[in-house]
Amino acid sequence: MTPPNHHRTPWYIKGRHGVVLEFIGNYVNSETRAHGDSGMPELPMYRVEFEQTHLWSDYAESPADKLWIDLYEHWLERAE
Amino acid sequence: MSEDKDKGGFYDTGWRPGGDVHRDEDGRPHDHPGVQEDVGLGARASRTLAMHELLVEKGIIGESEVDEAIEAVSKRVPSNGATLVAKAWSDPEFRTRLLEHPKETVVESGFVPEHNADIIVLENTAEVQHMVVCTLCSCYPTQLLGPPPDWYKSFSYRSRAVTEPRAVMSEFGLELGEETEVRVVDSNSELRFLVIPRRPEGTEGWSEEQLTTLVNRNSMIGVAAATEPGTE
Repeated sequence: MTPPNHHRTPWYIKGRHGVVLEFIGNYVNSETRAHGDSGMPELPMYRVEFEQTHLWSDYAESPADKLWIDLYEHWLERAE
Repeated sequence: MSEDKDKGGFYDTGWRPGGDVHRDEDGRPHDHPGVQEDVGLGARASRTLAMHELLVEKGIIGESEVDEAIEAVSKRVPSNGATLVAKAWSDPEFRTRLLEHPKETVVESGFVPEHNADIIVLENTAEVQHMVVCTLCSCYPTQLLGPPPDWYKSFSYRSRAVTEPRAVMSEFGLELGEETEVRVVDSNSELRFLVIPRRPEGTEGWSEEQLTTLVNRNSMIGVAAATEPGTE
């Protein structure tokens, strides 16, 4: 069961494999801030690229299509 | 009657309202922007006005704070973004600065993003078409594009933009071939994205001012193309 927390990583991304494009900076933690916390310390955020055909098993559009999303470091795990 | 007392005086607008008009203790009608004088105040409007007066009375907000906030909000319009795009199309140096140092360049141009959020500028080309969505909520560069349209905030857009972006674009009149990568960009609460749409053909020599008329709001979100000359 998922504990009641604010997640800035959407469900469709969780557990998926992507390529980290770049470190984009340190940002306030909007996940803890959503619960009244200060959101400090700031956390590193990365821009990650996913293939649409990998995200959606029935993706009907072009195989060249991509999705970019910015994720907090604590949501990233090195892929095997 | 107080209305007769006011006749010809400072508060006499020359218009005699009927119905219930909000008046202060001296019987002078207040001027409340957005409230129709001759319609009177409904329950919600009365409550809002009473709340406002109470907050000012208790020194929680300043007298003109709400008016100032309304004015600040009214300055958030799509022409802000259009100005930046037209300049980027016209001035290669500005374009580079906008892409490489977006927040600084946007602030220098006089637009401070709401909540001081970071700004990223994405350029559309023949190879890549960017399309921005916020699947978790509705993060949007309001300072540059004005308030988000209802469709941007809808569950429909927020789910279809990621699963079938090309279908969504074609509903906005934009059809792209296989040679163009469609890149959906899922926004978040700390950053705002502005898309520079592709400059339409046949606009060589156009002034920046003329070019801004082609930069429609939807093209800066990435769901549609810039307006074609002759169709604006």
